[in-house]
Amino acid sequence: MTDAAAYSLVAGISVGFAAGYVGSLMVLKRMALVGDALSHVALPGLALGILFNFNPFFGAFAFLFSAAVLTWYIEKTTKLFPESIIGVLFVTALAVGILLTPEVDLLEALFGDITTVSLVDALLAVAISAPIVVVARLVYRRVVLGILSEELARSTGINVALVNFVYLFLVTLVVAVGIKIVGTVLVGALVVVPAAAMKNVSRNLSSYALLSGLTGTVSAGSGILLANYLGLPAGPLVVSVGTAIFAGALLADWIAS
Amino acid sequence: MVARPPSPNPTRETGAPADVLRVANLRVRLDHAPILEDVSFRVRRGTTLAIVGPNGAGKTTLFRVLLGLVPYTGTVEWSGPVRLGYVPQHFVVTDVPITVRDFLGFKSAAGFEESLAAVGLEGGVLRKRLDILSGGEMQRVLIAWAVLDRPNVLLFDEPTATVDIGSEDMLYEALNRLEKESNITVLLITHDIHIASQYSDAVLALNRTVRFFGAPSRLSEPDLLMEIFGSGAGLAEHKHDFGSRGFR
Repeated sequence: MTDAAAYSLVAGISVGFAAGYVGSLMVLKRMALVGDALSHVALPGLALGILFNFNPFFGAFAFLFSAAVLTWYIEKTTKLFPESIIGVLFVTALAVGILLTPEVDLLEALFGDITTVSLVDALLAVAISAPIVVVARLVYRRVVLGILSEELARSTGINVALVNFVYLFLVTLVVAVGIKIVGTVLVGALVVVPAAAMKNVSRNLSSYALLSGLTGTVSAGSGILLANYLGLPAGPLVVSVGTAIFAGALLADWIAS
Repeated sequence: MVARPPSPNPTRETGAPADVLRVANLRVRLDHAPILEDVSFRVRRGTTLAIVGPNGAGKTTLFRVLLGLVPYTGTVEWSGPVRLGYVPQHFVVTDVPITVRDFLGFKSAAGFEESLAAVGLEGGVLRKRLDILSGGEMQRVLIAWAVLDRPNVLLFDEPTATVDIGSEDMLYEALNRLEKESNITVLLITHDIHIASQYSDAVLALNRTVRFFGAPSRLSEPDLLMEIFGSGAGLAEHKHDFGSRGFR
C-alpha cells in the first residue's frame, strides 16, 4: 500500500464515521436530498483554492458555510422549506464552479482523488472529524427533539434555532472534509446512505447513531481498499459499498417483518 | 366580551395564592392577520384554568406565546421560577428509531417508571418505538413526559383529542391525581365544555379576543355559550364517570 493510500484510508475511516453520525440526523430531518445538493455548493470554493493555490478545503468550507447560514436564516425567518433555495444555490454554484475550475482539476473536484491525499490531508481529516462527532453527540438529543416537536423542545428550554445552526455547521464541516475522498458529486451519499441503511434496523436512537457512523466507516474504508486494489476511483466504490449495505439492511428488515 | 371579573378564581377567594401568570393586552399577528387581540387574564398558582373557544380562536397560539414561540406585543409575566411541562395537540411520529426510553431521556435521566405509572403505563413500554404506539399510549407517554421533571406549570393542548372515551377518563384521573399531589398549575385547552365547567377553577373563553373570563359555573348559561361559540352551542352530552374525583 502506498503512503497516499494509507493516508486516504485514515482520512476515509475518520470522515466516514463523522459523515454517517451527522448524516443520521440529516435523514431524521428529512434533509437527505438537501445535503446532497448542499455539497455541490462547495465547487466554486474548491476552484478558488486551486486557482489561488491555497488548501481547497478552506474554500469549500467557506462556500458551504455561507450557503448553510443562508438556508438556516431563510428557514428560521420564513418557515419555508429549504429545498427551493438550496435548489437554486446548487445549480448556480455548480455552474460557477465548473466555469472557474481549471479543466485539468475538474475531475478531481467532482469525484475526489485518493492518490493525492497527503499526510496533512489525513491529519486534517482526523482533527476535524473527531470534534464533529463530539459536538454532534452533545447536540444530538436536542436536534432530535426539535425535529419531533419544536414546541416540546422549546418547553424544555432548548434554543432550537441555535441547535439547528450548530448542526448545519457540523454538516458543512463534514461535507467539506469528505470532498477530498469522494468529490463534490458523491459526498452527499457519504452522509446520507449509511443513515438510510441503518434507520429501520436500529432498535433505538443510540444504536441508530452508532451504526450509522460505523456503516460510514465500513463504506469508506472498504471503498478505499477496493479502489487501491482494483485501480478504480474511490468515490464511486465508497458509495457502492454503502449502497450494498443499504440493500442488505433493507432485505434484513423485510425478512424480519 | 361578556365579563371580565377582577378575580378569576371564585373557589379560592380566601387566602388565595399569588398569581403565577399575568397576561395583559396581549396581541399576536401572524402574516399581518390578527390572531389574538387585547387578551388579558391571570392564573393563580395551584389552580386549573380551562381555555375554551371555537376552532381558530387562537387557543394554541396563546400556548405558543407562553412557550416563547411566536412574537407578540403586550405583557406575559411569569411569577417566580417556572418549570413548564407541555403536551402538544398534535404529535405524530412516523418511521423513526426512537424508543419511549429515548424520548423520556430527552428531558430527564431518571424517574421514567414513576412518570409512566402515574399515567397507567408499565415499564415495559420503555422499549417500544414511538412510531408503533397507539394513540392512547402516545398521549399517556406525552403526559408522562410533561410531568417527568416535576414541573410547577402544565400546559395541555387538548390532551385527549386523539384517544377514546375510556382512555380519556383514565387520563383525566391521572391529571387530577398529579395536580392534587403536586399542587401544580394547569392550563388546559379543551373543546369539552363539560370538562371545563366541572374540573377547572376558572375559564378563559377565547375567540381572537377574550369572550369570557371567570367562574366555570357560568358555562351552564345558554347566553354565555352563545356568546362564546355562536349558534348551536350547548353543553356536550359527553359523560365522564369521575364522581367526586374531579380536578377540584
